[in-house]
Amino acid sequence: MKYIEEFRNHAAAQALVREIHRISGGRRIRIMEVCGGHTMAIFKYGLPGLLPANIELISGPGCPVCVTSNSFIDHAIELAKDRGTLIATFGDLIRVPGSSSSLQKERGEGADVRICYSPLDALELAKQHPDRNVVFLGVGFETTAPTAAATIHRAAEQGRANFSMLTAFKTMPNAMKALLDGGEVALDAFLCPGHVSVITGTGIYEFIAREYRTPCVVSGFEPLDLLQSILKIIEQIAAGLAKVENQYTRAATLPGNPAAQKLLKEVFHESDADWRGIGTIPRSGLEISDEYARFDARKVFPVKLKPSRENPACICGSIMRGAKRPLDCPLFSKVCTPESPKGACMVSDEGSCATYYKYRRTP
Amino acid sequence: MSQSSSGGGVITLAHGNGGKFTHELVERIFVPRFASSELSELADSAILSLPETASGKVVFTTDSHVVTPLFFPGGDIGKLAVCGTLNDLAVMGAKPLFLSCGWIIEEGFDIEKLEKIADSMADAARAQGVRVVTGDTKVVERGAADGVYLNTSGIGVLLPGAPLGARSIQAGDAVIVSGSMGDHGIAIYAGREGISLRTELKSDCAAVFPLVELAMKICPDIRVMRDPTRGGLATTLNEFVRGTRLGIQVDESQIPVRPEVKGVCELLGFDPLYVANEGKLVLVVPAERATAVVSAMKAHELGRAACTIGHVTERAPGRVFLRTLVGGDRILDMLAGDMLPRIC
Repeated sequence: MKYIEEFRNHAAAQALVREIHRISGGRRIRIMEVCGGHTMAIFKYGLPGLLPANIELISGPGCPVCVTSNSFIDHAIELAKDRGTLIATFGDLIRVPGSSSSLQKERGEGADVRICYSPLDALELAKQHPDRNVVFLGVGFETTAPTAAATIHRAAEQGRANFSMLTAFKTMPNAMKALLDGGEVALDAFLCPGHVSVITGTGIYEFIAREYRTPCVVSGFEPLDLLQSILKIIEQIAAGLAKVENQYTRAATLPGNPAAQKLLKEVFHESDADWRGIGTIPRSGLEISDEYARFDARKVFPVKLKPSRENPACICGSIMRGAKRPLDCPLFSKVCTPESPKGACMVSDEGSCATYYKYRRTP
Repeated sequence: MSQSSSGGGVITLAHGNGGKFTHELVERIFVPRFASSELSELADSAILSLPETASGKVVFTTDSHVVTPLFFPGGDIGKLAVCGTLNDLAVMGAKPLFLSCGWIIEEGFDIEKLEKIADSMADAARAQGVRVVTGDTKVVERGAADGVYLNTSGIGVLLPGAPLGARSIQAGDAVIVSGSMGDHGIAIYAGREGISLRTELKSDCAAVFPLVELAMKICPDIRVMRDPTRGGLATTLNEFVRGTRLGIQVDESQIPVRPEVKGVCELLGFDPLYVANEGKLVLVVPAERATAVVSAMKAHELGRAACTIGHVTERAPGRVFLRTLVGGDRILDMLAGDMLPRIC
């Protein structure tokens, strides 16, 4: 596997770890990895055990399934109850518990819920089933939103009347700002999401570095990427700097992907968004714009929802804000496991709890 | 290939009703291929004589096979059904002797394909000196099965020096694999319809008794052996130490995985350590025997890539730990959920 294994090289990793030890010099540094993909890679490669104890990695709100609000799941479940409706979704979402059910349970009861790998597959389903209303559940960040935008764009071109999307797309920068404003966790730096930055460009974090004096390093997903990014953060802190640096230069650029950005602008507009465990964050989401309102399941199939309920013992919210760790949760690995998840963080592969459960439970 | 006298080249419900067509199918397809005197009797059961052994113990196992696709790079359901059951016997330290085969065939199945499957069963059994001595054929309505399902049961005799089992594992023991991990699961996956992956990769489907024999000869105190099929290496290692006071530490850089397997896993988000094998062994042996066992296995074509991948430790009882490529440690848990359905 050329060009992948180079980023997992043992000697290079050990050299980076030595530098991290040397430059950090015992100073306590708290770094939030915003992206769920980073959390997974950090644990999969056992990085916490390699880093000095004074460097603390804190998982942030970057797992798309985890931050999706209960009311979104409840809405999807209501839609699924209509037998004329076919729900198409990414796999993880069907296991997320809503207020009183999950899509998986509804599927057991006879609802037509199908897993697909791309929103374009859902559009294809709409073509194959002209007598059904196909609703795609669109969740994710700037990384997945462009494919959804392209799909809506194509649906409009095709004049597809039986296709719509229930969306809860989120955007990163203002969520990071909200965490800093909240002041609940003292963060010294951010490891910024690589894939998001490929789309948006690395400039979106400038205001965080400038206004909050918090270093931001855009990182790739291999262990050497992460170690090098951590080293860059520590070098900045040691030098008293706070700037945006791009470690993931093989994919992310300052301007990002203009074609994807144009599509996003055309199909979506910026909106406030409801984050599970965090609440409403201003200008941190994307909603389908009026021009494409006929593809917005929220408008096409409005439903009356009861106020959503969460398991009161579940601390997914605090975990997502970085205030608590999975091991702090009384449910963790006792009643909440990947086989029977009580909270969203245990459902998705990228969720902090699922990752902890899989790779870190007890030493 | 010859044609069925029932007209056309496909299996009909009449082939499974126990009457004339069933007999004809058995006599024309199965009896000549398996060529065992017990089977040719066409009696209700086979009467077997077992060789005298020091242990005087008989080993008996069964396995059903529902793999899709039926024909895959490196084998087919017939070879898999023979090797799978023989391997279950072999890893106990038994010499496999006899097999049964139970067919569940979907109405409309191509007889030519049935003959191909029977051919590879016969070849695989013959190569191991094993006889197919009894069998059964059922046909179900179209849609009630997916082509062919095969059940095989196997009988062998326990050899002297057979492993005592997972409970005999001791701290410091070495953990050995006989070759690359994940070949079968990934070859099957890549061979499925709708998966547009082209690889040269073949399933490792093979009978491992020759390797077992070599290892047992050089190491009379093998603690435990297993063929890491469903759930892969990670699951097998967990089974060894689950609920015990011992743990296992393995080193990712030592575990052999073919580049093609790594590549496909990388693309699809699989972990090769959870992917099934059908011709590999995992062994736990006393540390001082590890080198000898590895070199004995390397001398055989099925064990060329054999190596030590880790050791048994008192740290972290009941758990398996992986030292990752970059040197960090993490849990290597059992497989939760089904990564790849119907691989065997």
